[in-house]
Amino acid sequence: MIAKPVISAREAAALIQPGSVVHIGGFLGCGSPDAIIAALCEAHIGELTIVCNDTAIYDPKTGRTTGLAPLILNHLVRKVITSHIGTNAETQKLMSSGEIEVELVPQGTLAERIRAAGFGLGGILTPTGAGTEVEQGKHVFEVNSRKYLLELPLPGDVAIIKAKKGDRAGNLVYAKTARNFNPIMAPACSLVIAEVEELVEIGTIDPDHVHTPSIFVDYLVTA
Amino acid sequence: MPEYIENKEIIAQRIARFFKTGDVVNLGIGLPTLVGNYIPKEVTVILQSENGLIGLGPEPAPGGEDKDLTNAGGKAVTILPGGCFFDSATSFGIIRGGHVDYTVLGVLEVDQEGNLANYKIPGKMVPGMGGAMDLVAGSRHVIAATTHFEKSGASKLKRRCSLPLTAAHEVDYVVTDLGFFVVSGHSFILKEVFAPWTAEWIIAHTEADVELAEDILLWEPA
Repeated sequence: MIAKPVISAREAAALIQPGSVVHIGGFLGCGSPDAIIAALCEAHIGELTIVCNDTAIYDPKTGRTTGLAPLILNHLVRKVITSHIGTNAETQKLMSSGEIEVELVPQGTLAERIRAAGFGLGGILTPTGAGTEVEQGKHVFEVNSRKYLLELPLPGDVAIIKAKKGDRAGNLVYAKTARNFNPIMAPACSLVIAEVEELVEIGTIDPDHVHTPSIFVDYLVTA
Repeated sequence: MPEYIENKEIIAQRIARFFKTGDVVNLGIGLPTLVGNYIPKEVTVILQSENGLIGLGPEPAPGGEDKDLTNAGGKAVTILPGGCFFDSATSFGIIRGGHVDYTVLGVLEVDQEGNLANYKIPGKMVPGMGGAMDLVAGSRHVIAATTHFEKSGASKLKRRCSLPLTAAHEVDYVVTDLGFFVVSGHSFILKEVFAPWTAEWIIAHTEADVELAEDILLWEPA
C-alpha cells in the first residue's frame, strides 16, 4: 500500500483555502480533530462554510470550549450546516446579528446527505421533517402511502476528521462514540485530512477492523 | 385538590412501566433521562443513544470518565457488556428504520392530533432539532414526557400546537404529572389518573379535548 503524507496540524491548515466547505467530525466535541481546529484558528483561515453535527460547547460563564467552538469564537465561519447549535451561545448570537448563516438539518438527514455525497447518490428520501418547516421548498414524494422529502447530497471541499488509530496508508479505526460523523465525512469530501492519536505501520491493523478504508484519506496528522 | 407542584419523578416512574424485556429505547435529554432510574429490575431494556451506541450504561464512577464515550448530551457514560458502537448514519438507520421501540422526549407543546413541538421558539430560542425529528418520525412508539403545565401555568397539552412542529401526527402517548393519555388523532384519551388528581380536575385544566377511556384507572404512585 502507498503511504500517505504525515503532516503537522499547521501544514494541514495551510491546505485549506479561505471560503472552503469543510466537514468537521465530532459530536459536542467528542471525536473532534482538535489539533487541526487549533491550527485553523492560529492561521486565521476564514469565510468557511462548515458542515458538522453541532457547533460544540461554549460556556460564556467559564470560557470552556470543546471541538470546533473556537472556529465560531474566532469569527472564521460564514455559514454552518448543522443539526444543533444550542450548546454554543456564540453561534446563536452571531446568527442573530447576521454574521453567521445557520442551516438547521435533522441529524439523521444530515448524516444521509453527507453519505449520499460520498457514495454517488443523487439524494435520499426521508420521512423526517414531513409536515414541518423542514419540508419547505423540497420535493415531496409519496411512497407506499407515506410522505418522504427529497434531501440532496452535501459534498465538501475538505474533511477534517479524527480517529483513534491510523496506519500510514490511511486506514482508520475510531474509538467508541468518537466515531459519529467521522467515517461518513471521509468519502464526501475532495480533500481528507485525518488527525490520529496513534500512527502505526502499514499491516499492523487487522483489515477486518478498519472503519475507514485508506483510499478515502489524503493526509495524516498526529495529534 | 392540592396545590399543583410539578413532579417529574412521577412522570419518569410511570413511563418506565411501558417497557418489556428486549425493547430498544431512546431516552431524550433532561426529564426523559430520569426514566432510566425507574425501570423495574425484572425488565431489561436496551438503551440506544443517537450519538452512536446501544447498551448505554450508567454514569462512570468519578475518575472513570472516558473522553471517547459520551451520551447525546455530551456527558460521560459507560457501555454495558454486549453493547456496541456505530457511526451516525447507522445510528439514524436504527432510528428511522423502526428498530427503536420507544422514544421518550420532552415537549414545549403537544396536541391532540399527535403533533409535537420541542425544538424552537421563534425569535427566542433556536437550538436546532438535533436528532429529535428523526426519533419522532422513525421510532415505533413516541412517548411525550412533560409536566402538565408550563411555568406560566398554561397547559402544555393543546388542541393545536402554535410553535413550529418537530413532527406531525407521530405522538402515541403523553405522560404528564397528572395522568397518562393516549393520542387518538382528534383528542387525548385519559387512560390513567395519577392520585391525588381527578379526571374532572384534569379535564378542566387541559387546553384540549380530553375523553375518558372506558377502562380508566387510578394510579397511586409508590
